[in-house]
Amino acid sequence: MGDAAGSMEPVPVLPSQMSREWAFGSLGGAGVRVAVVDSGIERGHPVVGEVQQAVAVADDGERVIEDDEGDLCGHGTACAGIIRSIAPQCELVSVRVLGAGYTGSGPALLRGLQWAVEEGCDVINMSLSTTKSKFAETLHELADRAYFQRTNIVASAHNMPVESYPWRFSSVISVGSHDREDPLTYFVNPAPPVEFFARGMGVDVAWLGGGTITATGNSFAAPHLSGIVALIRSAHRMLTPVQMKTVLAQTANNADADAGR
Amino acid sequence: MSGESRAALAAGRLAGEEAHRELLLSVTVVARGIFGAQASSIFMFDEQTDELVFAAVSGHGEQSLVGTRFPSSRGLAGWVLVTRQTIVIEDAESDERFARDVAERAGYIPRTIMAAPLLHGEEAVGVIQVLDPPSGRRITPADLDLLGLFANQAAIGLHLATRAREAREALSDAAGDASELSRLAAAIDGLEDERRAAALALVGDLTRLIDAD
Repeated sequence: MGDAAGSMEPVPVLPSQMSREWAFGSLGGAGVRVAVVDSGIERGHPVVGEVQQAVAVADDGERVIEDDEGDLCGHGTACAGIIRSIAPQCELVSVRVLGAGYTGSGPALLRGLQWAVEEGCDVINMSLSTTKSKFAETLHELADRAYFQRTNIVASAHNMPVESYPWRFSSVISVGSHDREDPLTYFVNPAPPVEFFARGMGVDVAWLGGGTITATGNSFAAPHLSGIVALIRSAHRMLTPVQMKTVLAQTANNADADAGR
Repeated sequence: MSGESRAALAAGRLAGEEAHRELLLSVTVVARGIFGAQASSIFMFDEQTDELVFAAVSGHGEQSLVGTRFPSSRGLAGWVLVTRQTIVIEDAESDERFARDVAERAGYIPRTIMAAPLLHGEEAVGVIQVLDPPSGRRITPADLDLLGLFANQAAIGLHLATRAREAREALSDAAGDASELSRLAAAIDGLEDERRAAALALVGDLTRLIDAD
């Protein structure tokens, strides 16, 4: 045991006092790959800017191919614009699993997520979920695999009394909505399973055709936190997912050293 | 099956369809009432054709559009169905294309659209939309939760209604089969002895064939 411990690489530890300045750094998400597993991203949208890579799950549900369809429904573009607004220097990767021909298709969602995990993306935004329990086990395995390789999956929570995945998994960062207007305000939830709340009410989001529209929902809270996670990853590349949750909790707007004493 | 029985079954089926429509309409009326909204509508998901079916509307909106179908990934209802997330769009009328898309379904152009998936167990039953809550009223997280809870209750009711409708259809089909068998039995019974014996032998062979499976 002693030898094994002696051969272990040193790992970064978190400072005893943590500020947002320390957490976010100044790189704006540079060097961080953020995958948006969704309906695609509209190319050339002024709010979104450059999309570094775009892929789609093919009709056979197996192959992942280069995608030049953009976004046929708009949901992914809205999410991507939010991430870009928080982390302007991050790399965006569009993984299209929704849209024409994929309606609520669990296999496409699984395959897209698998691709993003295997690609080693640093952050994966999932503003969607599946209610099919037969996919839960595979999703759980993918979420664990992401967790162990330091990929942060950020998923929007459900505000309905139904079983859905993957947001409920503890290896995932789950996000609900608060109604503050500051995009960098986030709260840690003392009563999970929803672990964090980010801005999700009345958000100006990118809309198809280069415009914007005001939208509300947990779908838009998750990309706010994905952007924040991208900022933190750019400043602290080697943080493990458990450290990431600690940083988010320690720097949340409701973090209070005196609470619970 | 007698003519009277068939008539009774048809009447029951008709009454069931009427009850189904009443339930759909009732859900939209209550949704309007909860949020003080101008209108509410329901889209049912047809998994076999991968389409959303405009199923009911109350308040502003075009009743004649009930029954129209569109691809399940289209519009806000499509967003909600495929992502299984509750979503609100607040300045829908500012986007001409989106407004037109919605207007085609609802018959009028709303400013604000609240939409939630109708989920029962693992299945997406459809989508409920609440159009134009009072202007100037800000949508809150509590509204999202309330819409989600109501959608859940509505989904349970609609799921049960759909199951009942399927059961009625199955019963009707089965009654049709039984009716055929009944006519066949009566025809055999009316045959002269030799042909009757041959027909019964044939039925016996058929029975053995079925039993062999």
